[in-house]
Amino acid sequence: MANFTPVSALAGGVLIGLASVWLLAANGRIAGVSGILHGLFAQPPGDRAWRAAFVAGLIAAGFVWHALVPVDSEPRAWPWLAAAGALVGFGTRIGGGCTSGHGVCGLGRFSLRSLVAVMVFMATGMAATFVMRHAL
Amino acid sequence: MISALGAGFLFGIGLWLSGMANPRKVLDFLDVTGNWDPSLLLVMGGAVIVTAIAFRPLLRKRPIDFKTSIDAPLVIGAALFGIGWGIGGYCPGPALTALSNLSADVLVFVAAMVAGGFLAKIAVPAGPGA
Repeated sequence: MANFTPVSALAGGVLIGLASVWLLAANGRIAGVSGILHGLFAQPPGDRAWRAAFVAGLIAAGFVWHALVPVDSEPRAWPWLAAAGALVGFGTRIGGGCTSGHGVCGLGRFSLRSLVAVMVFMATGMAATFVMRHAL
Repeated sequence: MISALGAGFLFGIGLWLSGMANPRKVLDFLDVTGNWDPSLLLVMGGAVIVTAIAFRPLLRKRPIDFKTSIDAPLVIGAALFGIGWGIGGYCPGPALTALSNLSADVLVFVAAMVAGGFLAKIAVPAGPGA
């Protein structure tokens, strides 16, 4: 557990929570990023403006962060990334949420539906990581 | 509009500060049989403490009609999402904010993620819902 970073993890988590509260208080919207993204491409076009603004804010945060902290990433093979992205897009759409919608927001309102989703995606996420890192 | 932009920005800073936007950090958390990094439990914990306190009064004032059913689409969808998360190390929020890396890797992931959403709409026309 040499890589454990409790202070920044907790502080970052609190910021994510505050941002979710802000969006609910000001816009009456749930900060579920998969739902925000999918809604951005929905037909017929609905309430796109706030979704586009939220996504723009997300990306802008990355640019500001990189100006202060170097990017720490690891290159991966594109076929794996494409498969992973497709599974995330497909799964969050039919499952109605991701780590933010079911996790941060759903657990915060004590939704049993969201708790089930979180337990399932944590379990399959751990299984997939095991296969990728230790079995393949 | 401005509030959504600000909330997205704050959300993004939280993702970077916490380590969620770094796939290595995410995979170190999901890798429970390896050199396990429990940090992301604290990310979720810190965020949920805030929403658990503030959501209830806000939703009482302005209710939202949430789905409550625990059905096959929920479980299958969450399972597939988790597999993709474990392969790529990105969930939707971190993937979007990591577009700022200007790396083709992230672009491939995000394009596939949007395509996967379209595919789901065709395959499961009943539609999504939080």
